[in-house]
Amino acid sequence: MADKEVRLFGMWASPFTKRVEWALKLKGIEYEYVNESIPFSKSEELLRLNPVTKKIPVLVHNGKPLAESLVIIEYIDETWKEGYSIMPKDPYDLAQARFWAKFADDKGTMSLLHVFSKEGEVQQKAVEEAREVFKTLEQALEGKKFFGGDCINYLDLAIGWYAFWLPIIEETVNVSMVDDANAPLLKAWFGRFLEVDVIKSILPPRDKTSEMSKIRRNQLLSNMP
Amino acid sequence: MAGSGNSEVKLLGAWASPYVARARIALNLKEVQYEFLEEQFGTKSELLLKSNPIYKKIPVLIHDDKPICESLIIVQYIDEVWVSSGPALMPADAYDRALHRFWAVYIDDKFVPSLFGMMRAPTEEAKAESKEQALASLQLLEEAFGKISKGKPFFGGDTIGYLDVALGAFVGWMKAFEEMNGFKLLDDAKTPLLCAWAENFCNNEVVGAVIPETAKLVELAKVMQARFKSAPPAN
Repeated sequence: MADKEVRLFGMWASPFTKRVEWALKLKGIEYEYVNESIPFSKSEELLRLNPVTKKIPVLVHNGKPLAESLVIIEYIDETWKEGYSIMPKDPYDLAQARFWAKFADDKGTMSLLHVFSKEGEVQQKAVEEAREVFKTLEQALEGKKFFGGDCINYLDLAIGWYAFWLPIIEETVNVSMVDDANAPLLKAWFGRFLEVDVIKSILPPRDKTSEMSKIRRNQLLSNMP
Repeated sequence: MAGSGNSEVKLLGAWASPYVARARIALNLKEVQYEFLEEQFGTKSELLLKSNPIYKKIPVLIHDDKPICESLIIVQYIDEVWVSSGPALMPADAYDRALHRFWAVYIDDKFVPSLFGMMRAPTEEAKAESKEQALASLQLLEEAFGKISKGKPFFGGDTIGYLDVALGAFVGWMKAFEEMNGFKLLDDAKTPLLCAWAENFCNNEVVGAVIPETAKLVELAKVMQARFKSAPPAN
């Protein structure tokens, strides 16, 4: 039975932890959630389970640990074969989904980091780059309801964190990165994604996340020379 | 079903690129007939710009006119499409597959940047930092090899697998850097398992045909370094 023991080490406000939780919920998998107090401390157990990158999320299945959220999602889909189908079946569609997920992670996260931690011209340049990234992501939607078509799939889960976290970042920093002018299709998808039951049911509290975002932004700015 | 002799396969690449080497090794292992379209160093062909408008980089696999980009994604695609020829590149067990994928990400995120960081480093200090990171990464990969190979010659076990291809494609450049910098990246004392692995990997016929000669890479590296140093400073 695939369900022996599943534990997830994460942090309540972490988008990449949320990705994995969404995948577990879609499959109806019972799991024990262990909250790490990142960025303040990391438990001995986490460091023992993921000594290589020392990051969350870490999934432990039958005592065997796995890190890297997108790798974990593929593992979940391959291991719990019954139930919701997360990964595309056709090899070309699968390649495309993996490509866009990687693009969103590589380019999107990089720009957001600068948007969030910098000011002035450097920040402005990052905002422009971020707007371009999100506009580009619309290509993967191809006019569909979700990246997965009628239902959400791996790519929706990979990109979905933006739907919740991006508006909070935009508010904190007072910039706009996804709006009706540059990415109306993506904006509409944000709304639809957040309405999906499984997604909606485990979103972190918005006010707490917003508060944490402001505190983090101030910390990062005060570290500037 | 995909993989018939009539399907058209092209690979956009360059002889010296380790990322392209990944794709070529995978295609060769899977006995796929393909046309290798070589990009000229310093220019990007129309076909490349059309096939990979997002990154404009090689390798790009074009299968029946459909482009697939990003070397690791290409390798997985090849393994998934040409199922019935050659051994499977991905392990059978889901957890082992996840380990292969995890370490492939690690190689791209941590190891490769430090490897090429040694060449691009503007100061001796930065170079030393890259060198340390590269050696530390290899130490972790050595441990991982011990666990994943389970006593067999490859990460994939008896046959070359996904993670072997992911790391092995860089063996040519690793040897070039060893020669240029006068120190060992793979060391019998510190990384004996990986030393043996590298030899087994390079001794494989299809791999040997793809990995460039060390001398040629050293020559190219010198040209690239000179160009890099004479280029205007990045802003």
